[in-house]
Amino acid sequence: MIYILPIILFLIALFGIVVKRNLIKIIISISIMEYAIFLFFALIGYRVEGVPPIEVEGVRYVKFVDPLPQALVLTAIVIGLATTALLVAIAVRIYQKYGTFDIEKMRKLKG
Amino acid sequence: MILGAILAIWVSNLVAAVVSMGIVGFGLALCFLFLEAPDLAIVQIVVEILSLVIILAAIMKTTPEDTKEARGPLRMTMYIGGAVFFIIFLVSFIRICGLLPEFGSPVLRMAGDYIGSGLQKTGAPNLVAAIILNFRGYDTLGEATVLFAAVVGLIVVLRKVGRKR
Amino acid sequence: MSEIVKTVSRLFSPLIFLFGIYITIHGHLTPGGGFAGGVILAGAVVLGILAYGGEKFGLTGKKNKASASESLGILLFWFVAILGLMFGGIFFLNFMGKGIPFHIFSAGIIPLCNIGIAVEVGGAISVIVLALILFEK
Repeated sequence: MIYILPIILFLIALFGIVVKRNLIKIIISISIMEYAIFLFFALIGYRVEGVPPIEVEGVRYVKFVDPLPQALVLTAIVIGLATTALLVAIAVRIYQKYGTFDIEKMRKLKG
Repeated sequence: MILGAILAIWVSNLVAAVVSMGIVGFGLALCFLFLEAPDLAIVQIVVEILSLVIILAAIMKTTPEDTKEARGPLRMTMYIGGAVFFIIFLVSFIRICGLLPEFGSPVLRMAGDYIGSGLQKTGAPNLVAAIILNFRGYDTLGEATVLFAAVVGLIVVLRKVGRKR
Repeated sequence: MSEIVKTVSRLFSPLIFLFGIYITIHGHLTPGGGFAGGVILAGAVVLGILAYGGEKFGLTGKKNKASASESLGILLFWFVAILGLMFGGIFFLNFMGKGIPFHIFSAGIIPLCNIGIAVEVGGAISVIVLALILFEK
């Protein structure tokens, strides 16, 4: 039942995306959503009394932690950084055009 | 971490919100260490620092103030909508939770094979490296391409001069 | 930035860079690998940029070295993959010898791919920070 913790984190971030109107706040919420998903993957792969999936010379372990979710998350973290930077760049551009981070004012200023 | 997330959503100064996001990220790195994933912990710590630097640089170029919250029926509708989302997802996830494998004993359908024969097949003791570069090389190639595309898009968006029309 | 920051970052930035290289080339033996090593390399570059400003590196122009290194990294990755295709008829075939496990020259193409990924990721994140900090207006 410990899976409930990342889901609560995810839902808080979803609430932030729905409610907040500031672009930077929305970007932060998206980042927190990513973190929740990473935590969920790491929890799925965990094994009780497991060891990290790295073989040591001379010792033969059998109870490794599942390495597959770790490999998926490892690439996804770096991609998350790049996409966050892309979102930030677009937000900065929008600020330079409209002078605000408020998405409602942006809609009003459009016409 | 959950407290940090609530703080990041609620606090009204954007710099404070970014620092609260740092709480979440470093807590995540600690969780990775406790969950026996040292690779992820290393990457997560450095990525968290860099993402704080990036968002802070953007805030310093613009404004650190949060937008004013409007009052009225639209506002209430948004809050109620958010709460309804929250409750529906939470309830449905609790229903789903019974189908997941028990915590601490994952189903090793693919990964059992990787664990059993990874060292003989690839010769790399670090099984995570063996998976991302040998068994699943296409995946990593695609991720590298996505990273490249994101950076090219960022340069195009932020470039100083565009072509004159 | 002040003199203290400049001195400390001049002392520490090469050490961080060296640590990134170490993590990259030992990626198949110990925790780490291409992604972690690349991000740490980018961290060293970012420390230098934040302390000295971008003019020190001569990177204010449109084309810079970080962008070139990023392209070179992904080309190296493709090149290793296509070498596998040529040698064995299979894309991404691990065509080199396995070597002795637990030594640094082992595990076939994995160290090469690690180096390619490290160069690519480091270049990419350096470009991101440079673009966000240096491009005015």
